[in-house]
Amino acid sequence: MAAVPEEKGAGRGRTAVVKKVGLLVNPVAGMGGAVGLKGSDGAAILREARLRGAVPHAPRRVVQALRAISRIKDQIQLITCPHEMGEDEARTCGLVPQVIGSITRGATTAEDTLRGAGQLEQLGLDLLLFAGGDGTARDIYHAVGQRVPALGIPAGVKIHSAVFGVTPRHAGEVAVRFLEGKLALQEAEVMDIDEDAFRRGTVSASLLGYLRSPRDRKFVQSVKSGGTAGEQEVLLSIAADTIEQMDPARLYLVGPGTTTRAVLEQLGIPATLLGVDVVLDKRLVAGDVNEKQLQQLVDRRPATIVLSVIGGQGYILGRGNQQLSPAVLTTVGTENLVVLASQEKLVSLAGKPLLVDTGDEELDRTLCGYLKVTTGFREYSMVKVGCQENR
Amino acid sequence: MGRDPSTLLRKYHQAKWDEPIIVEMSVPGERGILVRQAEQEVREAVGDGVSSIPGNLRRSTPPALPEINQVRVLRHFLHLSQETMGTDVTIDISQGTCTMKYSPKVQEHIASRHPGMVELHPLQPESSLQGLLEIIYRLDHFLREISGLDRFTFQPGGGAQGVYTGASMIRAYHAQRGDTNRSEVITTMFSHPCDSAAPATAGFKIVTLMPDEMGYPDVDALRAALSDKTAAIFVTNPEDTGVYNPKIDHYVRAAHEAGALCYYDQANANGMLGVARAKEAGFDLCHFNLHKTFSVPHQCMGGSVGAVGCREELARFLPTPGVTFDGQQYSFGDAAAESIGKVRSFFGNPQSLLKAYAWIMQLGADGLREAAECSVLNNNYLEKKLKEIPGISVHYSTDRRKLEQIRYSWEQLYQDTGVGTEDVMRRMADYGLQHYWMSHHPWIVPQPFTLEPCESYSKDDLDEYAAVLRQISKEAYENPELVKTAPHHQVVHKVPEPSIDEPERIAVTWRQYLKKKAPGAAGPLS
Repeated sequence: MAAVPEEKGAGRGRTAVVKKVGLLVNPVAGMGGAVGLKGSDGAAILREARLRGAVPHAPRRVVQALRAISRIKDQIQLITCPHEMGEDEARTCGLVPQVIGSITRGATTAEDTLRGAGQLEQLGLDLLLFAGGDGTARDIYHAVGQRVPALGIPAGVKIHSAVFGVTPRHAGEVAVRFLEGKLALQEAEVMDIDEDAFRRGTVSASLLGYLRSPRDRKFVQSVKSGGTAGEQEVLLSIAADTIEQMDPARLYLVGPGTTTRAVLEQLGIPATLLGVDVVLDKRLVAGDVNEKQLQQLVDRRPATIVLSVIGGQGYILGRGNQQLSPAVLTTVGTENLVVLASQEKLVSLAGKPLLVDTGDEELDRTLCGYLKVTTGFREYSMVKVGCQENR
Repeated sequence: MGRDPSTLLRKYHQAKWDEPIIVEMSVPGERGILVRQAEQEVREAVGDGVSSIPGNLRRSTPPALPEINQVRVLRHFLHLSQETMGTDVTIDISQGTCTMKYSPKVQEHIASRHPGMVELHPLQPESSLQGLLEIIYRLDHFLREISGLDRFTFQPGGGAQGVYTGASMIRAYHAQRGDTNRSEVITTMFSHPCDSAAPATAGFKIVTLMPDEMGYPDVDALRAALSDKTAAIFVTNPEDTGVYNPKIDHYVRAAHEAGALCYYDQANANGMLGVARAKEAGFDLCHFNLHKTFSVPHQCMGGSVGAVGCREELARFLPTPGVTFDGQQYSFGDAAAESIGKVRSFFGNPQSLLKAYAWIMQLGADGLREAAECSVLNNNYLEKKLKEIPGISVHYSTDRRKLEQIRYSWEQLYQDTGVGTEDVMRRMADYGLQHYWMSHHPWIVPQPFTLEPCESYSKDDLDEYAAVLRQISKEAYENPELVKTAPHHQVVHKVPEPSIDEPERIAVTWRQYLKKKAPGAAGPLS
């Protein structure tokens, strides 16, 4: 095999600066899933999982991600928490991490995640890599907010948040590309579902907020990018179309999400990122309204509901926008839904339909079929909305 | 010497001349040609030749052209030519969707040297253009036979302009019928992007259909999208994936039932010549890229032709002029009152029409069909070879034969090794192959690449091509860094990816370069 020649020129495409990468592993993530517990949040559930014979599998997944990262080990400084919270996995991959803080081996909790993330943030990280599921993402979000770029290695039972790589290896590759300066950051949804409700058979998901995550534009080539609009241009163009079609006599119920937020920003209206805002004649009528207020408003005037696709799974209703209740939707009329999404987001669903989960199965069924989703200025895509039975 | 017969791989290294930009080579006063003073007699008749030009048309400062003698100019451009990797240098099956077939040099010779071609002026009388007009007239009839449609225009200077022409004709058709509500055009995700971009430029809203599990545009989605607002559907078939949609007539019928017209983007018709026609599938319009299927070189957007054809009832909307024949004389005919007008000056690119005409005449009707059959055979042979290579997969309709091109995926290789399609693409150049075309946007097939081994390539060419991809796959599994840092045998080593997304780092003219490079200029070049 031929040796790799030295890169010519002044290190073009390479960075000489050592990047600081934090690693935080929730070692018990995913333990509940393998034994049918649909989650691992909380000490009682974890005890039950162990009784049922669950063994930690997060470390193995972390190792898969770290193997990809070890390729650039000379260009990074890895900082992590002791033992199974990162140190062990790093050493397995031949990495020599700086270890901070202390934990009780074999008995870590969410507290350790929160404390560890806080300590790592103090060190001025270029990227915080964490392993776990939605619960861990929630803890990371609460600990560091949008102050530190963060990326999840999927290791938990519930992965509804958009902050995770598709596979552990993919997360590793995304981290490398980001650290090499080839990927930009985007706001990625942090979702969590109520595990107790989930165990009872109902999904109650909330949109907690957004972490800043490296954006792997998997469906867009990074070289020869002529013709590729940037994320900002796409959002502006979707917003322009939505605004062009606004009827001054109608109410617009603008749901949560970064795509819908762009519409309000274009109108100069401060958006509630996690709530529903109501607009009439391009002016804010009511911000962050609850179901009851919405119902009162739509009882008085014709309305259109403007939605974005929440999370990586394609939900347009029932995840993070439960204010838009079956009663509100019925009053507005299902023909008065406008869904906004970049074509890239639709493509990332990989052929899966958009999903609705309003809590009213009859209503869900009437929403099934095809929706004309706005993907740009005067550009739309026909997208299937899946029915309950074919999920 | 030569290619290793056991591996089919070459020891290759591109020439590297470290050549300056030509303006940097300028030496004040150096000249390529010293133009002699005109004779006394001429000077007396015309004066100095400059003062008769009105003062406001004369430039006050001479142009800032490089001053270089002939031999250095020649050497400079020969150096640059040695650093290229064009279609006549490599096995150019890499540019899937582009139909990079061999363009017989005799066509180039006639088009660029025959006095009957090169000495023509577009404003000379029709009576002295009879030869060229006959060629255009006959080419129109050839394409009518190939497509089944009734009339063609050769004005559009490329495929996208052809689509724009079609969209303009469709707008005129509906307007003429008083049907002004039809503001939408429906296209498919795997149709060429110009099938949405060009109608959008012509003022239509665009509705795109996503592919179903088989890779076909979702027919139920089409039915849901069609309405009294639909002006037309614009589709390719086979699409970029190489998958031929056998139910295309159902799509056409559904569109017609909604009162819409149907436009068939046949820019690349290489797998269908003499086999299937737009007319029988029910289409109202189509276009062929003469610079793809009909062997005309692409010429960097300079000499291409998007030949647009239509049914008789739409012919009155075609751009003018068209060529007619009264049994004795060829002429440009009268401009139809409902024509959308001109879309390009004079007759478009007549040299390219001559080349396409010559190519069809060399092959004949049977030869055209044989070209299609060979291109499909080549494609399916290459698919079989490539599917045996670790890391390569084909996404859609894996159990069905494709037509003339296929969109492959390195997703498995990427998952296994971290080596993606862009890495492989750069590494190919180290084996003397042109980088491949990955995919139009957005990527639906992950880590994509699209190959089109048209009829020009031999089995040996295909075997060498497959051997290179097999070798790169092996390298990716054994030494991924080698592939990720490629190319190693090229003029330019790895180009940093982000810079291409950053216009402030790019200068496409010397003047722009000097501006961006100037001390105090904002941006990374200064």
